[in-house]
Amino acid sequence: MSEQAEGVRMSRPVGRVDERASVKIAARGVNLWYGDKQALFSVDLDIPDNHVTAMIGPSGCGKSTFLRCLNRMNDTIDSARVQGDIRLDGQDIYAKSIDPVQLRARVGMVFQKPNPFPKSIYENVAYGPRIHGIAAGKKALDEIVVTSLKKAGLWDEVKDRLDEPGTGLSGGQQQRLCIARAIAVNPEVILMDEPCSALDPIATDRIEQLILELKENYCIAIVTHSMSQAARVSQRTAFFHLGVLVEMGDTADIFTNPQDPRTQDYITGRFG
Amino acid sequence: MASTEVKTGIHTSPEAARRLARRYRQEAFFQFMGLIAIVLALSALAWLMASIFGTGLSAFRQHEVQITASLDPELIDPERTGDPEVMRRGDYRTILQRAIYDRFPEAADDRKLRLQLMEVYSVAGGTGFLRDFVLDNPGRVGDTVTLWIPASDDVDQMLKGKFDLDVPQELRKVTDVQIAWVRELQASGELRASFNKILFLNTDSRDPELAGVAAAVVGSFYALLVTFVLSFPMGVAAAIYLEEFAPKNRFTDFIEVNINNLAAVPSIVFGLLGLAVFLNFFGLPRSAPLVGGMVLALMTLPTIIIATRASLKAVPPSIREGALGVGASKLQSIYHHVLPLAMPGILTGTIIGMAQALGETAPLLMIGMVAFVTQIPESITTPASALPVQVFLWSDSPERAWEERTSAAIIILLGFLTLMNLVAVLLRSRFERRW
Repeated sequence: MSEQAEGVRMSRPVGRVDERASVKIAARGVNLWYGDKQALFSVDLDIPDNHVTAMIGPSGCGKSTFLRCLNRMNDTIDSARVQGDIRLDGQDIYAKSIDPVQLRARVGMVFQKPNPFPKSIYENVAYGPRIHGIAAGKKALDEIVVTSLKKAGLWDEVKDRLDEPGTGLSGGQQQRLCIARAIAVNPEVILMDEPCSALDPIATDRIEQLILELKENYCIAIVTHSMSQAARVSQRTAFFHLGVLVEMGDTADIFTNPQDPRTQDYITGRFG
Repeated sequence: MASTEVKTGIHTSPEAARRLARRYRQEAFFQFMGLIAIVLALSALAWLMASIFGTGLSAFRQHEVQITASLDPELIDPERTGDPEVMRRGDYRTILQRAIYDRFPEAADDRKLRLQLMEVYSVAGGTGFLRDFVLDNPGRVGDTVTLWIPASDDVDQMLKGKFDLDVPQELRKVTDVQIAWVRELQASGELRASFNKILFLNTDSRDPELAGVAAAVVGSFYALLVTFVLSFPMGVAAAIYLEEFAPKNRFTDFIEVNINNLAAVPSIVFGLLGLAVFLNFFGLPRSAPLVGGMVLALMTLPTIIIATRASLKAVPPSIREGALGVGASKLQSIYHHVLPLAMPGILTGTIIGMAQALGETAPLLMIGMVAFVTQIPESITTPASALPVQVFLWSDSPERAWEERTSAAIIILLGFLTLMNLVAVLLRSRFERRW
């Protein structure tokens, strides 16, 4: 905790959202229940395109739950019930006409624990394009695999062993493989659920560099436990506490001049 | 190694040392009990195996006697038609009798001795062997030929040391004069022990020396084929639906409880069900592997469903999420990712279920697969026996020779079980090698 606080102090966050940025995802009044227990309380949040939006907060605050609303991953949990309005490019993603399978192709996801498929590196990346029928033929598929691996900064390390199992890579490489897998279907948004929590500092650094590169082309929403990470990679930060979105603003403002005392306490390491 | 330097505290006092010693004693005691349990279990298994193999291995050898028979055309084909149908009806028993009386002319005149002499040979076997020889070599009719035919079961058992020859001859199955003939045949090389092909190639018979498991093996194979074809796809599909798609409510809970209960239903109940539904209501053929397989499939289904559900549950949810996260549909995530990972467990469960089915007797009795079958079944609808039923039938027969043959049939059954388990292990490692 103290290390994080120090990290924040050492590097003054400068992240700001460009005023011209369009809103990619707009959430209004999102409530979510797991059975009888309410986990999210009327969350309003705008996620700008071509920026990194970080969601921070103590464990169990609902930040991951909210993230999973954005690609309807919560649909797979029987007891979860979502209410409210979430729009992707102005279109209600919970509308009847929206197919969650199609939505997840547009809104990709990287998970907390690297979870490559127990198949070859090539197959891991090629799987998405293949099921969506994006690539016309083997050559186009090879092309997608190579570009995705390059974008994920993994190409140089795996180009000679594409046939080897993805599970044989190191943790950081696995996570980059998962990012390549997500990129390969050419999504518009990439959701990242604590992507570095299982990685060492060096691997974390590589992923953070990658996030900063990716934001040029994608809208990225990242959930993180590490405030220093939020400060380093994001331009907008949202602070969640007990299922409520307490405060949201440009990262530079949230970390230097929080308005809410709860945000203040959390950022300075007094709780959480 | 408590040195005086150590500061006395709650974990270094003599009481603490005693507590620690007690904990170690408990551990040692538990390990000892575990070891005893394993030794007991292993010795029970060893005893069982020793008993079965000790009794059964001798059945894989059978004593044979040489006969020199004159294939008299008058007895086989008096009108010289050369027609196999006529030759099939020839009087081979008389040919055999003449051959045997010629070998021991001193017994031929005495009716009592004649009867005893015939008991040295397998009369049904000799007749059958002669007929087969003639049908295979019709040109040899009229010649004198030398053939090996099985010795009678009692002679075979005597030579295998199964009879106590010290008791008075009224109390034993072989008389003194028969023993003398056997010794004479042995001395002249006209009696030998050889591998018992009959046990594998023949079907059931009233004569132990002519009985084999062929019909039972083929019947079991057909029944298991039907069982597999029915229960594997149905069981896996049911498990996938229940585990991955079905809503979790009271009704599915009720189904789950019932499937678990079905796994514990005595197998004879499934046999009764098969009798009532498949035979009486649907009128399917009696004694057929088709019906046997269907009944065994009902019995195997719960095992496969339970094993499949357990292996599906064991696949980490992160794999499903990963697939859903790139936009796979639910069925795609299951077919492409979950099922391949669950396959080793599913196959193991299936093979365990099939092995159970292979060893099951009671339900087959109910649907008539207990018939005395002398033809190797040609299809799944012709009457057949099954290996465990064959064991049951033979164990019930009075002659001494059935004892070793019963054990031999059990050894063959165990052989098939081992083979199936080996296949399971191979399949497992094959699917698991894909990282």
